[in-house]
Amino acid sequence: MKDVKSQASKVAAPGKPGRLNTEIQSRIGHQLRAMYDDVVRQGVPDRFAELIKKLDAPGPSGDPAKNDGRD
Amino acid sequence: MPLTDSLRDDILASVPSLRAFAISLSGNGDRADDLVQETLLRALANIDSFQPGSNLPAWLFTILRNLFRSDYRKRRREVEDADGNYAKTLKTQPAQSAHLEFEEFRVALDKLPQDQREALILVGASGFSYEDAAAICGCAVGTIKSRVNRARSKLSALLYVDGADDFGPDDTVRAVIGGSGG
Repeated sequence: MKDVKSQASKVAAPGKPGRLNTEIQSRIGHQLRAMYDDVVRQGVPDRFAELIKKLDAPGPSGDPAKNDGRD
Repeated sequence: MPLTDSLRDDILASVPSLRAFAISLSGNGDRADDLVQETLLRALANIDSFQPGSNLPAWLFTILRNLFRSDYRKRRREVEDADGNYAKTLKTQPAQSAHLEFEEFRVALDKLPQDQREALILVGASGFSYEDAAAICGCAVGTIKSRVNRARSKLSALLYVDGADDFGPDDTVRAVIGGSGG
């Protein structure tokens, strides 16, 4: 199919028609994980550590989930 | 089950990946942290319904995903406005190649339909199995596989193929690439 071929030729390293180019897919996977892991590496912000700690102690209200820990 | 120390530690240990998921979904750090906070509150308030021994991260991700979707419907118009402003900001920022590539990817990811974006993130970044991702999204395993494939194919078209006009305007991405020279 000529149309498919002309489209594929625009990709850096053309793959088989109907199949995704493996090199491109590996770059996409790498970028996706880089973006995600960048946030994961930030760890647990104090805001959330304190929230969980606060909820651990029984609050005076008797319904700890209502104390959302916001300032 | 009751909130034991070890369960609390496990929930805390899930916070970094919950944040990464929330930011990937919403594209907005402040909103993502609000989502995570709301997720933690819901989880702790409903901790009795968590089945001991089942997949805690998947349970937490399900809560966050459902919160995001109900929130998203409410904020749809607001988000569309924000997209326009975000694109303008990108064009005027000084180009730094690593940052640029990251932004380019971010913009492309934001163009995916929500179903495809969340499936791709869950499987491709969070490392969930297709089965877990299907449980989180409340759909069939085959549906997740197909969404992930479509997401990958669309991203490769947006990022690596010239003239991907079938996928709607990608002037932002092109403007950013074009502006990086010199």
